[in-house]
Formats: sequence, structure tokens, C-alpha cells
Amino acid sequence: MLGKGVKRKREEEEEEDLTSQDWWLEETTPSPNPEEGASPAPLPPSSLFNLSIFKLHHGLRRGEPDLRHLVLVVNTLRRIQSSMALESSPPEPPCPAPVDPLPVAPDAPLCTSVSALLDDLSHIEGLCDTQTSFSEDIPLSRPPETGLDPGRPAPLGSLELLLEDGLEGLFDDIDTSMYDCELWPNLKTDSGETEDKIQGQGLDVSELDYLMDVLVGTQTL
Amino acid sequence: MGEDADTRKINHSFLRDHSYVTEGNTPVVLPHPPAQGVSACPDALGRYYLLDAEWVDSTFFWSLNRSSPKNFTPYLALVENMEGESIFEVDSEDGVGADIISTVEFNHTGELLATGDKGGRVVIFQREPESKNEPHSQGEYNVYSTFQSHEPEFDYLKSLEIEEKINKIKWLPQQNAAHSLLSTNDKTIKLWKVTERDKRPEGYNLKDEEGKLKDLSTVTSLQVPVLKPMDLMVEVSPRRIFANGHTYHINSISVNSDCETYMSADDLRINLWHLAITDRSFNIVDIKPANMEDLTEVITASEFHPHHCNLFVYSSSKGSLRLCDMRASALCDKHSKLFEEPEDPSNRSFFSEIISSVSDVKFSHSGRFMLTRDYLTVKVWDLNMETKPIETYQVHDYLRSKLCSLYENDCIFDKFECAWNGSDSVIMTGAYNNFFRMFDRNTKRDVTLEASRESSKPRAILKPRRVCVGGKRRKDDISVDSLDFTKKILHTAWHPAENIIAIAATNNLYIFQDKVNSEMH
Repeated sequence: MLGKGVKRKREEEEEEDLTSQDWWLEETTPSPNPEEGASPAPLPPSSLFNLSIFKLHHGLRRGEPDLRHLVLVVNTLRRIQSSMALESSPPEPPCPAPVDPLPVAPDAPLCTSVSALLDDLSHIEGLCDTQTSFSEDIPLSRPPETGLDPGRPAPLGSLELLLEDGLEGLFDDIDTSMYDCELWPNLKTDSGETEDKIQGQGLDVSELDYLMDVLVGTQTL
Repeated sequence: MGEDADTRKINHSFLRDHSYVTEGNTPVVLPHPPAQGVSACPDALGRYYLLDAEWVDSTFFWSLNRSSPKNFTPYLALVENMEGESIFEVDSEDGVGADIISTVEFNHTGELLATGDKGGRVVIFQREPESKNEPHSQGEYNVYSTFQSHEPEFDYLKSLEIEEKINKIKWLPQQNAAHSLLSTNDKTIKLWKVTERDKRPEGYNLKDEEGKLKDLSTVTSLQVPVLKPMDLMVEVSPRRIFANGHTYHINSISVNSDCETYMSADDLRINLWHLAITDRSFNIVDIKPANMEDLTEVITASEFHPHHCNLFVYSSSKGSLRLCDMRASALCDKHSKLFEEPEDPSNRSFFSEIISSVSDVKFSHSGRFMLTRDYLTVKVWDLNMETKPIETYQVHDYLRSKLCSLYENDCIFDKFECAWNGSDSVIMTGAYNNFFRMFDRNTKRDVTLEASRESSKPRAILKPRRVCVGGKRRKDDISVDSLDFTKKILHTAWHPAENIIAIAATNNLYIFQDKVNSEMH
């Protein structure tokens, strides 16, 4: 697994994307076949849920996540989850079509069993641990090979290992403007970020070097 | 003067990068190529460049292809089409990923057309003045200059590589003989100045022709250096670098009508810059929530009003537009107007939000309307009506039943741009399968056209295409299931005054011209 800092060659990256996606498509969904006349059957929400979780994984594993993509996937995940939560209490209706009217629910608090993937993104040190643990855990997130029973909610139990603290802190890592501010005062960034965890004042060069080593050195952990 | 014209063309076919060392001013001259098979031309650094072009009667396109020495294939076309025939063997499908065009922009007169690509390069095309001698090359665009705008950078703190891909290019209004443009990648905006040099001084007193100091004892009289004409040289130099203004990825830049300031927008913030000041910018919009857990919306595009220097608009991933007035307050977090269309309950799905995300917003030339593009539609908004758009056009509604698959393969996140024509009567946007669509707002007619070599036969007008969704299928119709979703036209531009459009299809640039009706109606 490449560390976060190493840029994979474009061809490699595309290949890896394709193989990951292909794997996913093979396992769970009928791949859209150009020969087929009809449009593919809509996925049950549980598969969509798993797909979204996978996308989230994948998106966050990338060097620098695409924030728009991430936000849209998370919002879709929340919708699916609310829909599934509501459906799991009353008797399960037949496989809902995509046009199924969504329950107008406020942002329901996420179930503990469907907690977040990555809240340790807020610490760079933690990221590598997370990454390695994800690569091990990914096989667990595969839906059961016996095929999905649309009448049953997704087997969330297998996801519990991955999901720890809810979606809090999901986006914490993205904003590192706290690092941008005090440490290098000659760099002017956006105004207003005062959340500095690092004492910017009075750092001398050797401390700076040490800090740099620690930050860069976490790659190899 | 015919030869001079040839020389000028050859000069500009090659890459005039300010950082390259060229051997004097003499360009490498290629023999005029035969119909098939041509030779390759290395630059001073040993890189090979392939250029090919094909001219068809009412359409022509350029294909700019660059390969490193290890990918070298011995076919090169010189940029020449004096006879108006297609003379080159096209070989651009081998183009490396770095050649994928990521932005296209005409300047304010339409004389220049700039493209940016994934490899951080900018290529500027210039329209040849129409001449009666060569009616076929009337108004044709040739390469004017090429330069490396951005290089990949490494952010040591985050251990991330910053892509050199050019996200946007915007031209500054021309104020003197030079042309200026802004180009940006994810993090850094640069101001480039493009100048021409066609004279050089000769007859120095202290230096000889090669620049060596003269032996002063041989100098018996003084002379005044004179300016002599020389082969035209186009020089591009970076004048300003606006760095460290953005934590998130820059998605838009827009030059203000005051010609002194411009704004840059990333996912969560918009900054206002002065063109002459690089060490600070003013934050005018900040939608970052106090708690990042609450993040549900990002900024997707933004633009200044074409006439009112205090007004700008920005769009969001939830499909809303916010018009802001900089006179109202320093921080424009509160919008002056919010444009949002309520969700259609009959079309609701898990993907409703994603397909409502606005990927591009453009003010009309008149300044009265705004054009937005979301995944399935383009919408025209009247600045005076916030509740809903005044016009909605379906780009590819047949994809509505395929949203699930498009979500799986991430196509649903593709960001298409949109464009107005000069008179604001026609709007254009790209789609899949190298199709692009045009909608006439007056007649309500629309057309689907294809940008591809196969469909651009010599001396033929572009044929309208049709996508069939089952049921009756006419000859030449494409079925929805045969659409190639890897061939997407994300970037399009319309000449500010004439019916000339530039279409970027992956790593090919197509320039189409309406020969019949050059004038705007």
C-alpha cells in the first residue's frame, strides 16, 4: 500500500481504480451490459449503502480527498441510512425503486452501528494506522456472497469493526489551515484560523526540523 | 511576403516556452510533409512534439499531442494547411494523460483562445486575420504560444502532491499591446503576460553583432542603434504568483469588471485579490462550518457580474445560487439573493442531491441572466426571480433511469461546463459520447452534435445526432446503452461575438465555425 506522499503514476492509479471498481461490480451488482435492452434493475438501498461506504473509503484513501465528492457521498449515505432505518421498523416493503419517496426526516443521528469510517483523519499520525487497518478490513465489508435478500437490512454487523465514532471528525483532516498559520508567519493564508495546536511562537530551526521529521516520518509507521 | 508568412507559422508551431533553452532564434524547420508519414521534431531538451491538424470545410480541429522520448512514434504533422485539405495522419489517441485538456477560454475579442491541460501546460491559439488570398484559412486558429504554467508541487506538511492540472484560465481585458491571463491549478494562481517582439535593435556602439564587446580603439564614430524588423517572437512571462491563499481546491477564478481585482473560489472559501498584490487576499465568503462534522455543502463555481463590480454569484453542491453584494458587508456570508428551485417530489431519489449539484454558473453577456449546469439540465435564471429558473433544458434526460450505474462508476460526479453565445440567444453544454448540445432560447429548438474525427468528414457540415431510448430507432441513432461514458465533453467555449465554438474532447480540441451564418442573429 503506497504511503500518502508517494504519487502513483497515472496509469497505475487508473488501473487500481478500475480493478477496485471491477471487483465491487462483480461481487454485488449486475454490470450494465450494452446488449441488454432494458436498464439495469435498481439497487436495493442496502447495496447502495455498501457502495457508498466503499466510495467513502476509497475517496478518503486518496492522497487529497475531493471534498465535493466526499460531501455528496456522505449526504447520500445519510439519506440511504435514514431510509433504511425507517424501513427496518415497519414490515419490509418490496425492493424499493429509486423513485420511492424519501421520508422527510431531519438529520437523524447516525446509528452507533453505522458510525463513521475515519475520524482519526484529524491526526496525521493516525492516518497511516487507519489506512493499514482499512486495507485489512476491506474484505470484511464485502456483502455476503449468497446474494442480498432485499427484504433484509444490510448485515451491518460486519461493518462495525470499521466504523468507530460516527461521522464526526470525518472532514477534520481536510482543513489543515491550523498548520498553515502560526508556524510559518511569512505565509499569508486565509484569515481567521486560530485553532493552533502547535506553539508557533519562538520555534527555532532545530525544533522546526524535528517537527518536520516527525510529520514526514509518520509515512513509514 | 509569402515566405515571411510561412516562417511566422512555423515559428509558432513550436513551443516557445520561456524556460526552455533554444538554439538562438532559428526554429527547427521541417520539410513540408507528404500526405502520410512525417518526421518528428525534437526541441532543445530532446523531447518530441507531435502536432496534427485536420481541416474540413466548415469544421476544423487541432490535436495537440505531446509524448516523451520513450513514447516517441515517428509521425509528426507540421501545422500547415494551405490547400485546405486534410493532410495529416492523426495519431492523437496515443496521447498521454497529461494532454487531457482541462479548460478552454476565448479572450474578450475572440482573437485568442487559450487551453490548459492536465500536465500544467497552456497553449494559446491566435486567429489569423482574414485574407482575400487564402479564403480557406480565413479566421483559422493557429498555435500562437505554448508554455508551462504550473509544475507539480509537493506539500511537505500534508505529504501530498499538488497537481499541476490547470483548472481555469481567465483572460484580462487588454489594456495595452500585451495580453494577460490568469491560470490556476488547485492551489496557486498565476498572472502571465504575453508579448510580441518583432523588432530588435542593431548598431550598438560598444557591442558587436554577437554581443561581444568591441575593441574600443576600432570605434571611430558614434552611431544610433536602429530598430530592425525580425521574425516575430512571442514571449510569455509570469508576472504575479498568488500563492498560499487557499486551503482547499480552487475551482473558479473570475476577473472583476473593474479590471483591478479578481476572485478565486475553493470548496469552502472565496478570496478577493488585487491583481498587483500577491502577498495578501481578502476573504469574502467562508462557508466552513465551525464544526466540520456539520459540513454538508461546498462551493462549486463562482463568477463576477459582467458589469456591476460589486456583485458576484456562487453555486453550491446542493443546487443553490447565491448572489452577493460586496457593498453590503465585508464578509459576504449572507447572500443578497438566494436562487433555488424546490425539489420535484415526483423525481425524488437517493441521487437527487448529487444531480442537483451545480457544476458551472455563467452570467449572460447582458448581465440580466445566469446560466447553470447540473447533471441532467441547463437552467436559465433571471436575476429578478429567485424562486425558480425561467427556462430549463434537458441535456440528457435518458440518463435519469441510469443514475445508479452512473453513481457506481462515478460519472454522476462529472462536472460539465456551459456557455452563452455572444447575443445570449443560444446556450451550449457538453455531454457524453463526445456529444455536445445547443439550445436556441428563442425558437426552443435544440441540437445534438458530435465532436469526433470520424464524424467530421472533409467539407461536410456537422450532422445532428440523436440518442434513442428504445421504441422507434432511426438510422444513425445511438442507443443509450451504446454511449461511451469515457468520452465526455466537459469544457466548451463560445467566441464572444461570432459563431465559433471551441470544444475540448479529452485531449483533442475542436474548433467549429458556422460558415453560413457568421453574423450573430
